[in-house]
Amino acid sequence: MPTAFADVTASDSTLRRFLHGLPGVDAVGLEARAASLGTRSIKTTAKAYAIDLAISMIDLTTLEGADTPGKVRALGAKAVNPDPTDRGTPRTAAVCVYPDMVATAKAAVGDSGVKVASVATAFPAGRAAIDVKLGDVREAVAAGADEIDMVIDRGAFLAGDYMTVFEQIRAVKEACGTARLKVIFETGELSTYDNIRRASWIGMIAGADFIKTSTGKVGVNATPANTLLMLEAVRDFRAQTGVQIGVKPAGGIRSTKDAVKFLVLVNETAGPDWLDSHWFRFGASSLLNDLLMQRQKLATGRYSGPDYVTVD
Amino acid sequence: MSDRLTVLKTYKLYVGGKFPRSESGRVYEVNDSKGRWLANAPLASRKDARDAVVAARKAFGGWSGATAYNRGQVLYRVAEMLEGRKDQFVREVRDAEGISKSEAAAQVDAAIDRWVWYAGWTDKIAQVMGGANPVAGPFFNLSTPEPTGVVTVVAPQESSFLGLVSVLAPVIATGNTAVVIASERFPLPALSLGEVLATSDVPGGVVNILTGKTAEIAAPLAAHQDVNAIDLTGADAGLARELEVAAADNLKRVLRPQAVDFSADPGTHRLTAFLETKTVWHPTGSLGASGSAY
Repeated sequence: MPTAFADVTASDSTLRRFLHGLPGVDAVGLEARAASLGTRSIKTTAKAYAIDLAISMIDLTTLEGADTPGKVRALGAKAVNPDPTDRGTPRTAAVCVYPDMVATAKAAVGDSGVKVASVATAFPAGRAAIDVKLGDVREAVAAGADEIDMVIDRGAFLAGDYMTVFEQIRAVKEACGTARLKVIFETGELSTYDNIRRASWIGMIAGADFIKTSTGKVGVNATPANTLLMLEAVRDFRAQTGVQIGVKPAGGIRSTKDAVKFLVLVNETAGPDWLDSHWFRFGASSLLNDLLMQRQKLATGRYSGPDYVTVD
Repeated sequence: MSDRLTVLKTYKLYVGGKFPRSESGRVYEVNDSKGRWLANAPLASRKDARDAVVAARKAFGGWSGATAYNRGQVLYRVAEMLEGRKDQFVREVRDAEGISKSEAAAQVDAAIDRWVWYAGWTDKIAQVMGGANPVAGPFFNLSTPEPTGVVTVVAPQESSFLGLVSVLAPVIATGNTAVVIASERFPLPALSLGEVLATSDVPGGVVNILTGKTAEIAAPLAAHQDVNAIDLTGADAGLARELEVAAADNLKRVLRPQAVDFSADPGTHRLTAFLETKTVWHPTGSLGASGSAY
């Protein structure tokens, strides 16, 4: 934790004062800005660059009750070699699975350089005792997870108990050891943009390596507007402390067009330093197939179809 | 003299059950047979074509999986709706093709009759085209026709409505979904047909109607890897050849252009052009003296 924030986190009331002292979000302006950045036309070589970059930023995700070791292995194989017909296709950044599948995923990606991320802390609801959450994290890390995606306690956050949220993130960060920590706010449940800004700052001050929009399990997931807001937060945080933090929108990004819009947001808001899989990720599963189809279209000039990519 | 404001109609594409403008924002002027302006029609781009294929693919599962009986009912409903908007189609066909009102009315009547005729075929084609095959072994061997998939239809250039219905109805009757490129010069009846389809229980995406330059829209569709067949009726010889070459890449089924008299009895060849035969072999055990073992 940057020492600059020691006084902020000294007590419940100082933290509250700090969070409520953050500038309010102009919702209309934010959405208009996100929408206007979404109108950029990205074509030809820029598009090819964006597609490859987006593929390399994907956390290829499967978080279903029905996940089997076979499905996780298939996902791992796809992450390592997304398009078997074109070996020049970049690898995805990571595969993202439940903790009990980490070992399977780790074996599947081998030494390819693809990371294994695991959701933990009683994902997706986060409604469990802190010991259970920490146990969840430790098991995932022990199984070899390179990255941990935790959920914040939205109940505590919405009740105004910011200190609990802060301390839980700190505890999880400690349990992570060398694994990078992504903190999921579940923006769809935070109701307001002001809350998303506050949650972002709690996460950043508490030592998150990434701040992440959502679990993908609720109605509203990543939107251009809430991602833009979080990108502003990491930009401001670096300006203030020199510490760079990553952003991961997750859920609901399904088309190449959407992904490219997000990349424009990154470039125009946080800056080109974030245009790297170390600092920006997409939590997605079906997005990869669309990116691959667009990539095939650019390579061959013909529109591709779902028959030419794997069924996940 | 009426003091009403003229209410001009904005013709739009019909894609995925919705009425979008062209993604490109372009339109072109449609004139009647005497060169007087009738309306602007959307000048669809290859991206509209791509969107239409996505919509058609999405609709394919539901439409091909619906019972043949249900498809027949839905198509009959289209005929009911066409009947109700007959005057509009007569006017549009007359303006476009420069024929008399009675000739146009005859064409529209024939088109509605044809639609009903194809609606009747939905639950009969399997009996006619499929059936049990006599095989030399203890097997029950059954062939059944199944829809090919997403079919691109290059609609006839001259017969703006009867021709359109004659090529579209057989494609969807058997459970395919269609991306139709309307007649380049006479696109308005096709766009109005989209409005009829939208109000007659045909699921969105089963029929997608594009207007614009036939060659510009057909080329990406012929090369599209997710299109399973193409009907080249409205393509001239040069374009048809080019499209067939592109279509060969993923082995699309191709119906080549041929001289058609749309007023004549259509026969079943358009129904059967976009069907695939699936055959199942089922072991029956030995056939004893008493005959069948099943």
